[in-house]
Amino acid sequence: MKLSSLFLIAAALATAGVAAAKNIQLLNVSYDPTRELYTDFNRAFAAHWEAKTGDVVTVKQSHGGSGKQARSVIDGLPADVVTLALAGDVDALHANGRLIPADWQQRLPHNSAPYTSTIVFLVRAGNPRGIKDWDDLAKPGVSVITPNPKTSGGAQWNYLAAWEFARRKLGGDEAAKVFVRTLYKNVPVLDSGARGSTTTFVQRGIGDVFISWENEAFLALKEFGPDKFEIVVPSLSILAEPTVTVVDKVVKKKGTAEVARAYLEYLYSEEGQDIAGRHFYRPAVSAKAKAKYAAQFPQVELFTIGEAFGGWAQAKKTHFADGGTFDQIYAP
Amino acid sequence: MAGPTTTSLAVKSAQAAGPRTIRNPWWVRVAFMTIAFAFVAFFLVLPLAAVFGEALRKGVGAFFLAFADPDALSAIKLTLTTAAIAVPANLVFGVAASWCIAKFDFRGKSILTTLIDLPFAVSPVISGLIYVLVFGAQGWYGQYLNAEAPWFPALQAWLIAQDFKIIFAVPGIVLATIFVTFPFVARELIPLMQAQGSDEEYAALTLGANGWQTFWYVTLPNIKWGLFYGVILCNARAMGEFGAVSVVSGHIRGETNTMPLHVEILYNEYNFVAAFAVSSLLALLALVTLVLKSFIEWQHTRSRSLKASES
Amino acid sequence: MSLSTLKSRAFRRRILPGFGLSLGFTLAYLGLIVLIPLSAAFIRSSGMSWEEFGAAVASPRVLASYKLSFGVSLLAASVNAFFGFILAWVLVRYTFPGRGVIDALVDLPFALPTAVAGIALTAIYAGNGWVGQWLEPAWAAGVRHLGERMPGIDWAGWLGTKLAFDRAGVFIALTFIGLPFVVRTVQPVIAELQPELEEAAATLGANRWQTMTRVILPELMPALITGFALAFARALGEYGSVVFIAGNQPMHSEITPLLIITKLEQYDYRGATAIACVMLVASFVLLLLINLLQKWSRRYHQV
Repeated sequence: MKLSSLFLIAAALATAGVAAAKNIQLLNVSYDPTRELYTDFNRAFAAHWEAKTGDVVTVKQSHGGSGKQARSVIDGLPADVVTLALAGDVDALHANGRLIPADWQQRLPHNSAPYTSTIVFLVRAGNPRGIKDWDDLAKPGVSVITPNPKTSGGAQWNYLAAWEFARRKLGGDEAAKVFVRTLYKNVPVLDSGARGSTTTFVQRGIGDVFISWENEAFLALKEFGPDKFEIVVPSLSILAEPTVTVVDKVVKKKGTAEVARAYLEYLYSEEGQDIAGRHFYRPAVSAKAKAKYAAQFPQVELFTIGEAFGGWAQAKKTHFADGGTFDQIYAP
Repeated sequence: MAGPTTTSLAVKSAQAAGPRTIRNPWWVRVAFMTIAFAFVAFFLVLPLAAVFGEALRKGVGAFFLAFADPDALSAIKLTLTTAAIAVPANLVFGVAASWCIAKFDFRGKSILTTLIDLPFAVSPVISGLIYVLVFGAQGWYGQYLNAEAPWFPALQAWLIAQDFKIIFAVPGIVLATIFVTFPFVARELIPLMQAQGSDEEYAALTLGANGWQTFWYVTLPNIKWGLFYGVILCNARAMGEFGAVSVVSGHIRGETNTMPLHVEILYNEYNFVAAFAVSSLLALLALVTLVLKSFIEWQHTRSRSLKASES
Repeated sequence: MSLSTLKSRAFRRRILPGFGLSLGFTLAYLGLIVLIPLSAAFIRSSGMSWEEFGAAVASPRVLASYKLSFGVSLLAASVNAFFGFILAWVLVRYTFPGRGVIDALVDLPFALPTAVAGIALTAIYAGNGWVGQWLEPAWAAGVRHLGERMPGIDWAGWLGTKLAFDRAGVFIALTFIGLPFVVRTVQPVIAELQPELEEAAATLGANRWQTMTRVILPELMPALITGFALAFARALGEYGSVVFIAGNQPMHSEITPLLIITKLEQYDYRGATAIACVMLVASFVLLLLINLLQKWSRRYHQV
């Protein structure tokens, strides 16, 4: 037998193997607090996909500050899907390198946000500082933990929520800036991601109050017990919509477009919504999951980024770009 | 010259002399020793104790559970792979560099020696950044892959077909590690080979040995301890590098996470025991490095004093 | 230089094989791994105008980070020079059980991965850590006590001083990683000190203190300065151990390498690269300085 025919047989065998049951690998690049959510969800989706098509899907995860994760994808991290903290970071994938089309947000229901969340306060048991609302955070002597808005998506929601609260209560952007500056004077540690901040507050015992994703606060409560921490819900908060999208340029190259889309669509299924609720994210579309988890989420007046700040592009430019308000409040 | 290496064998063996006759008054000695011990306790012993203490805080079971995680195993594997490529690469380089620097005279020699030291002085963060600038999707390599009319279109087509990834994949991690550990072997060998001179090599050549034989049978035995010394230092740094690797890794669990990065991830997952358990493995590696290092120093001084007594 | 060495120089250039091969390989490897990637940083930032470059490397936040990075590195290197000298002295001059172990341990900061060092130091010096839980209340009590004694001074700012998650944390981490450098450069010089020098000083009527400051320290100075410069250079670029323990507040406890990462994470490549260039130039200068220092110190000891 000639060597070339050996190769042919090997090739034929290989393709036959692929046709029978494919092993597919997806990479989901996500932000900090979704680790536990996607560990569960990936398992559920793998089972669902194998039952449906016979193919085995392994979903790899990468977590970090939302902005940092977007940057890695732009630099070539081969993410099939991104599930980031805010639409502004996903927009960056279009603006830098045209990895996705401009209208990505219209491709999935509910503006590509399968679950929502909000910002609450986590305080130490008994609420010794008597934290009730945003203005308590700017009082002298209160130590506040929040991550760095330059790198963390969650921190941008925090910052904007505080800003909007002050603007409504004190009237005007100038007053809001003064308020936010006072508040950030109370921040002793600025971690680069939400998870780093949780660790600082929960494990290292720094700070009186932690401005946190609602889901992260619940998780801390679950992990460490209500005898250690309490959740305080402010009078006004922001409707946080973490968004998801398929990264077209990557899936086209890898040939994973179909399964990547199915992966994200499954987030909107009854099971996907239920898993989100179980991990303290507010289900966005399923009435059943909404009803099931309604009791666990506190009632709070929420505003959207669109109504208060004219969308992410505007908010990023005004507040988080170099020389924006966040840089200004730290200027001496 | 003994460049900015922490310790160099050539220097270290000079201090085998031991204590001297003149003694300070007892209270000076007590004060010096107290200060020295306190410094060592707070900055060396305590961190080491903290790593093992925190790792075993919840018992031996929880400790070993950390290593049952497939992601931890793949991190260990990746770290070993990286070191297995980076260390030999720098070893070959170190031998070549020290051969031409120690055995020959040429113009620009001192510039070359300084350039070899360069990676020592560069921040690990910058070491990672420059590889992103070269190989990232927005960098030179990425621009080449996306170029409409590239040089060597066949190469571009081949690279695209191979889908050869550098950043956020193993090659990028290896490259950053090689950069960070670049001077270690060379810096050990250059002073050692300079000190030894070339007389034995001339003798071998005169007796009819060829170049490789001379190197294998004459030079190598003379520098073997220095070589080994450089290799273990290089290896320790290669396995422990954090800053540079963190920039080029992409943090894909089970794929591009090295052990130090895995420690960070576990730390951020409230999984402190596991974070410190993996850390303790790295600390153990550091201790093994220190023991080997002391052993080599001891061997080296011994063989030197043997040689001295022979002649 | 004697005639024979001159002869052998001319001789070995011809005789020893492998010059072309080893030099060629060295240059190629150096170029590919170090020089070309490093040049990328400069080429990338050469696309910026001077105004852009200036704005990127001299904004208040960046300036504050230089101040912190250079200042604390300097402080940590000085502390290392002081304690490193004492430690080296003790290791060379005194015999005591466990000397070998401590001598080997000195290199721990070099062998221990920086991330591990970072979390270990945090576990020790955080407010609820091994040492922090005792030290922080003690400190606060001390400050309060002083406040009662000397009410005229505003002590409130000192009350909340923390070890971890503050500038002190940066200092602790940088001291840790710079520790081996001074010890290892000073140790061999102390070992080679001529006992006659000290004896002569003693015979001439100098007391121990005078011998120390007038005879021994000047002798050690080149090595001390070299060790100091090495510790400083290492501290300047350090990232892994600092980020865990620093607190990372803009304008206050944010080191320059972290700022590079932060810029990078906001897709501000130009800003990151510009700051990197400033740091690189600083490292080159330091490296040259260290080489000169070592040349000087060798000459100093030969004379």
